[in-house]
Amino acid sequence: MTTVAPIAPTEQPGVAAFAALAAHAEGPEWLMARRAAAAAHFAEVGVPSSRNEEWRFTPVSGIATTAWTAPGVSPAVSAEEVAALRLSEGPLAVLIDGRFAPDLSALPAEIGAKSLQAAIDSGDAVVRQYLGTVAPPEMTPFSALSLATFTDGVVLHIAANTTLDAPLEIMHLTTSAADGALVAPRVLVTAGQNARGAVVEQFVSLADTLHFSNAVTELVLGEESWVEHIRVQREGERAWHIGFTHADQARASHYRGFALSLGAKLCRHNIHARLGGEQVETLMYGLYLTRNEQLADTHSAIFHDQPNSNSWEVYKGVLADKSRAVFNGKVFVQPIAQKTDAKQTNRNLLLSDTARVDTKPQLEIFADDVKCTHGATVGRLNDEQRYYLQTRGIGGRTAQELLIWAFAAEVLTEVTVSRIRAGIETIVRVRLDEMLG
Amino acid sequence: MPLLQITDLHASADEKEILKGISLTVNAGEVHAIMGPNGSGKSTLAQVLAGHPAYDVTSGTATLEGEDLLDMEAEERAWAGVFLAFQYPVEIPGVTNAYFLRMAFNEIRKARGLDELDPMDFLDILEEKLRVVQWGPEIMERAVNFGFSGGEKKRNEILQMAVLEPKLAILDETDSGLDIDALRIVSDGVNALRRPDRAIILVTHYQRLLDFIVPDFVHVLAGGKIVKSGGKELALELEAKGYEWLTGVAEGAAV
Repeated sequence: MTTVAPIAPTEQPGVAAFAALAAHAEGPEWLMARRAAAAAHFAEVGVPSSRNEEWRFTPVSGIATTAWTAPGVSPAVSAEEVAALRLSEGPLAVLIDGRFAPDLSALPAEIGAKSLQAAIDSGDAVVRQYLGTVAPPEMTPFSALSLATFTDGVVLHIAANTTLDAPLEIMHLTTSAADGALVAPRVLVTAGQNARGAVVEQFVSLADTLHFSNAVTELVLGEESWVEHIRVQREGERAWHIGFTHADQARASHYRGFALSLGAKLCRHNIHARLGGEQVETLMYGLYLTRNEQLADTHSAIFHDQPNSNSWEVYKGVLADKSRAVFNGKVFVQPIAQKTDAKQTNRNLLLSDTARVDTKPQLEIFADDVKCTHGATVGRLNDEQRYYLQTRGIGGRTAQELLIWAFAAEVLTEVTVSRIRAGIETIVRVRLDEMLG
Repeated sequence: MPLLQITDLHASADEKEILKGISLTVNAGEVHAIMGPNGSGKSTLAQVLAGHPAYDVTSGTATLEGEDLLDMEAEERAWAGVFLAFQYPVEIPGVTNAYFLRMAFNEIRKARGLDELDPMDFLDILEEKLRVVQWGPEIMERAVNFGFSGGEKKRNEILQMAVLEPKLAILDETDSGLDIDALRIVSDGVNALRRPDRAIILVTHYQRLLDFIVPDFVHVLAGGKIVKSGGKELALELEAKGYEWLTGVAEGAAV
């Protein structure tokens, strides 16, 4: 048996390019210190190889072998173009190639949202408190890379005892200027005590470029707050997309996440929630649709740090062609976290013989009085259901569509904002129609 | 021309012959009961007529109004007017009964060159059909057969039959697992759907159902063949004597 020596991170061409990008990063002293620490950490660990258990089925070496640049000068994007892609009608923050676009955004002062850069410049103490600390750089190599290199982003503070009337929509758009570039936006959402609100983030490519989106979203949920976070990733199929969402939850807060992933050549989404108080509720729903040679990877981690809290997770996938999906669901229950109720489900529907799913629950339970369950399935369309529909006159493709839709509907109905749900349903219907060819 | 004409039908599953030469003529307006012991091939006959892909027809013919039924996909048979009420109706989580029924109704209309009905117009038709099985509209918002009791599933099959208005309805063991009240509701529904231009085939093990839905003809299936045919009095004879005297005949005939 021969062994191959691992490439030292510093020998990765991408790492040098990232270091150059990090060297151009700006900010006040406190931020530069964090950026430097993150850059140092990333230089040490580098882009993970498939020998890293967390990345075993998700080859990202292509990120390490590319000398990514900063995005060039973005072409003009019209308000109509943006409007056509929207899922909601309320406040809007638009980022073009990772840079905030004030002319396309609509952020009334009273909703407490602004660009991350503006918030940093104004000396926002909340940003200083949380930026890069909710999702600490050592959590994944790419969260470190994000902190070292992020260009701009969006901050939303929902004040205590207030309700955001309409969801904030954040559009992460890439243009032809993103070709060969690293696009690195960050979002920070804080909800004060008893605050309520919904945020929808979309990732869309306006040009079919080969770029690398490395997006981080941090959410801080105060006591008794309620936050719904919807994430729609529909980038072009040449893109690399690495996303990291982390929610920190205080006592009696409610986090409700929904992630749709149907874009990018390779998409990896880490979604983490830390249940840091009692009576916390964490709901994570997701749907991934893959085709051609796409890969969609979801790594979730739910940290039950305190007793009497619940988490409920359902992720579903529909795979066509030679596409692949990876699901890894971690649930950590600390010794103190008695009466934890955690349920995790991952179901996959294969539409071809060549699609493949690697799904793995990973429950680490150190308390003895808990209810933790998990279930994972990988299957095909049910022949008996198809036959039953046929005998009722519903045949061929119509029957297929109906059954796939029924499979996906279970998670789609969990988006509570009806207008956004309807928009997401349309996106899913169009893609399923394309997948069936 | 008879509505359904089956001639010397042989069918097998996993290369095991189950139907060994069935011939049967069913005219519009008639109700035929097909009885027989377990394993006689009754349910296979129902599934072969509906187009279940697990069965291979090895020889023989089956025509609906002269059209070759065996050459059609299951959905094409539904478009042509065949309906099978399943012994074990299939659950479809995630699809409401209302959506499913309207889609089935419209697919059949489309295949016949008729306009599709929108949800509001369909609702008018549905209200009338729900009365056939003595149901309120709330059942329509539940997922198809999902979490339904045995009786509810059978009622749902009859509701579908009422909506889809087939020329030939085949009811496979519709009485199995029903208590007497549910059996009465289901039977009343079927009787309300008897029409001069529609034929019904009741596949059943027990005579009990035939107290409620009185057939014109009774056939006894044993060993993959019809071993005896008669009028409704044959069912009573079977009730009194059991199947043994006839299955004996079947074995003798096979020698």
